[in-house]
Amino acid sequence: MGIFVDAFRGGLDMLVSGATDVWSIVLVSVQVSGAAVLLALVLGIPAGFVLGTKRFIGRRMMLVIANTGMGLPPVVVGLVVAMLLSRRGPFGKLELLYSQPAMVIAQLVIALPIVAAVSAAAVSAVPRELRLQARSLGASPWQEAFMTLKEARMGLIAAIAAGFGSIISEVGAVTMVGGNLAGKTRVMTTAIVQYTRMGDYGPALALAAVLMGMVLVVNILLARVQSSAERFEA
Amino acid sequence: MKDRSVRPALWRMGVIALAVVLAFSLVGCSKSTPEAANPEPAPVEKTKFVLASTTSTQDSGLFDVLIPAFEKANPEYTVEVIAVGSGEAMKMGENKDADVLLVHSPAAEKAFMEAGFGTERRDVMYNDFVIVGPASDPAGIKSAGDLNAVMAALAKGKAPFMTRDDKSGTNAKELKLWAGASVSPTATANAADWYLSTGQGMGETLKITNEKQGYTLSDRATFLTSKGALDLVILREGDKALLNQYGVIPVKDAAHLDGGTAFMEWITSAEAQKIIGEFGIEKFGQALFTPNAQ
Amino acid sequence: MTTAATICITGVRKVFKGKAAVDVTRLELKPGRTLALLGPSGSGKSTLLSIVGLLEKPDAGTIELDGVRVSVADRAARMTMAAAFQRTYLFKGTVGENVAYGLRLRRVSGAETAERVAAALERVGLPGWQDRSALTLSGGEAQRVALARALVLRPRILLLDEPLASLDPIMKWRLTRDFAQILSEERVTTLYVTHDQDEALAVADDVAIMREGRIVAHGPVDEVFGLPADDWTAGFLGMEPAIRGRVLETRDGVAHIDCGGVDLFAIASVTTGSEVSFGVRPEDVLLFEADVVVPVSSARNRLDAVVAEIDPSGATFRVVIEQGSVRIAARISRAALADLRLSVGTPVQALFKATAVRVAST
Repeated sequence: MGIFVDAFRGGLDMLVSGATDVWSIVLVSVQVSGAAVLLALVLGIPAGFVLGTKRFIGRRMMLVIANTGMGLPPVVVGLVVAMLLSRRGPFGKLELLYSQPAMVIAQLVIALPIVAAVSAAAVSAVPRELRLQARSLGASPWQEAFMTLKEARMGLIAAIAAGFGSIISEVGAVTMVGGNLAGKTRVMTTAIVQYTRMGDYGPALALAAVLMGMVLVVNILLARVQSSAERFEA
Repeated sequence: MKDRSVRPALWRMGVIALAVVLAFSLVGCSKSTPEAANPEPAPVEKTKFVLASTTSTQDSGLFDVLIPAFEKANPEYTVEVIAVGSGEAMKMGENKDADVLLVHSPAAEKAFMEAGFGTERRDVMYNDFVIVGPASDPAGIKSAGDLNAVMAALAKGKAPFMTRDDKSGTNAKELKLWAGASVSPTATANAADWYLSTGQGMGETLKITNEKQGYTLSDRATFLTSKGALDLVILREGDKALLNQYGVIPVKDAAHLDGGTAFMEWITSAEAQKIIGEFGIEKFGQALFTPNAQ
Repeated sequence: MTTAATICITGVRKVFKGKAAVDVTRLELKPGRTLALLGPSGSGKSTLLSIVGLLEKPDAGTIELDGVRVSVADRAARMTMAAAFQRTYLFKGTVGENVAYGLRLRRVSGAETAERVAAALERVGLPGWQDRSALTLSGGEAQRVALARALVLRPRILLLDEPLASLDPIMKWRLTRDFAQILSEERVTTLYVTHDQDEALAVADDVAIMREGRIVAHGPVDEVFGLPADDWTAGFLGMEPAIRGRVLETRDGVAHIDCGGVDLFAIASVTTGSEVSFGVRPEDVLLFEADVVVPVSSARNRLDAVVAEIDPSGATFRVVIEQGSVRIAARISRAALADLRLSVGTPVQALFKATAVRVAST
């Protein structure tokens, strides 16, 4: 176990001393995944609302797609996005491959179905009668939608956490479309892979600790949200 | 690139944390590359030993020819190839996770031997490095004089240069080239704009170089293997400093040192040397490696 | 108080999965009156309420509010209504926030909102409950809050969908009484959906009975409940099918009707010699032991009958008695059933007043 002790001591030193490259990698992770989650919310919550409340032709199909998308292998997303953005691909002119926008796009594709499917579930758990009730008290369609989202807020927080959790710890797609460029597209997961390849376990462990901390916080948040939801909705 | 991410789903969130822990415990333990294990329907027990080598060797396809030939010649052994950077390969040697190393980072190999981690070191073969870039050659290295002038031209930062920055043999060679030209690329004013660290293997780094239409140092084998998908050309080759020597080192006190030693003996034998010398001619019209075992 | 509204729907159809959930030729809500929409579950009552309340779009038909055609898109018309549903769907938050919801949507000032919320909560018997959590209320309390949330808007039309269905019997009885009083005092035009005819009797002025999407009876409570329009309605109301007879004579407004040898008397203006059908509400029938002498009373009708059927009906029993071709149901308590020692075949005497007999010409 000496390997762990040595590496952990080294990694801890890097974190405490604020070794800039370690923290700047964390920052890139948060920036990229934060932007992707934000976009996923902007697109996914309205999509989830429509899927969860409206009845229309093709709805079932779209729900199947969203639920399938939840299990979409990130490497497949990475492959397709990389092919689309590569110089020889249809969007090559944009010169986006191996840049942060490319990573945001790939992570958005991974997170969007999760956010949409989880918010659809959350929104459809709000009784239809409650929406009828709001409407009968004079709510406009927008006010009714706002009320529904407010009632489903616990589930929406879960959607955000699930979306963020799914991409912050993802490595396949970000490597393929980000390229792990230092200071630009190097994020925690790709850096951990790289440091491990180089036999440089210290910073790998340090980043792993930060990543685990983040996932833990997300999980604690989820657990609290769910237990408080149970308390209020029993 | 192996994807170790967990399939994302809300109810699996807890598993993600667990997976990170598992990923930790895997570090330093053996990793398997199933496609290279090549299991034959063997009658009796075989001794399996681990060969740690570099991604560039793996990517060239040499092992696909070499390993079956070795296992045929030595039916009592099966080889498991772990392709990593030279740095990690030697770390695996230090940790006794590998039984024999086939690497190309002479300075590090020397240090490895001096630290007493290997039983002996023998030359196996060499290939050569090439500097590749866009045909338009924005940095103008074609017209530069010697290799030092080439490096100085690249350091002006007119186009991105991809460094693998992964302690691989190729990376070690690149750093040696900069040092030879007395340039420190990270110390240049606009280093962040042109000197880009990929931290990845040769194949990936070539792809990134292609997208950025920049330059990089590559071993010839990997470049020839992947150039079909690249809009890059060889802009510099043939200099003596661009040669890349491979060495084989059995790891002292390794679990299957006998296998490692057998592999060393075999790969330096005339039979193996012949295979190496012919590898690539059929596909690329030229040999990718030059055998030079003593 | 604003003037009470009239709602009239005609030719309304709504199809679910290829089946007409609602197919109503005509239904009218009269100003200031409570119409109970009565029917078994699945008969389309709630859908009809949603259509009347402009919450759901019908596939065909028109809805007129005070003679003006309105639709789902007509938010101003919808703003004159308020609804409360079977399961009290309260919003997360306090009781006060729930009651204030509609007022906030109407941008009523804070001070006025507070005042009206307080008044509405007092009206439903929950004074000062504003700050309690809406999610910790009992069923009955929640129903009161839901009613307050609707009443606070001073709607011209109130839509109540089984507001008491999920309550226990005692709470239900108390709230039925309270709701009936509130509705009669507010004089607001009300559509009250229920499957419980006792509740309908308690709160309603008019009643419409729904079966498989159609209105099968529609009119003042006395009329509809007194004389079932058809066999199905009779069964649904716990009555026997209407009895046929011939008017022998009428004197002082009392008709003497012959039903196959059994003489009955009814308050009705019918012509002598005409064929009539009539019914008696089970609540209006008194049963006596067969072998006692019944004292002289105001009840004009007395039958010497035998018990033909005994069925439990909620907390009470429905006892069908028979004399010749006259079959009527009586509603009695469990204790009365025991005291009278009734079983099928037991002879009994039945008394009911002439006013209890609802007559229609055929």
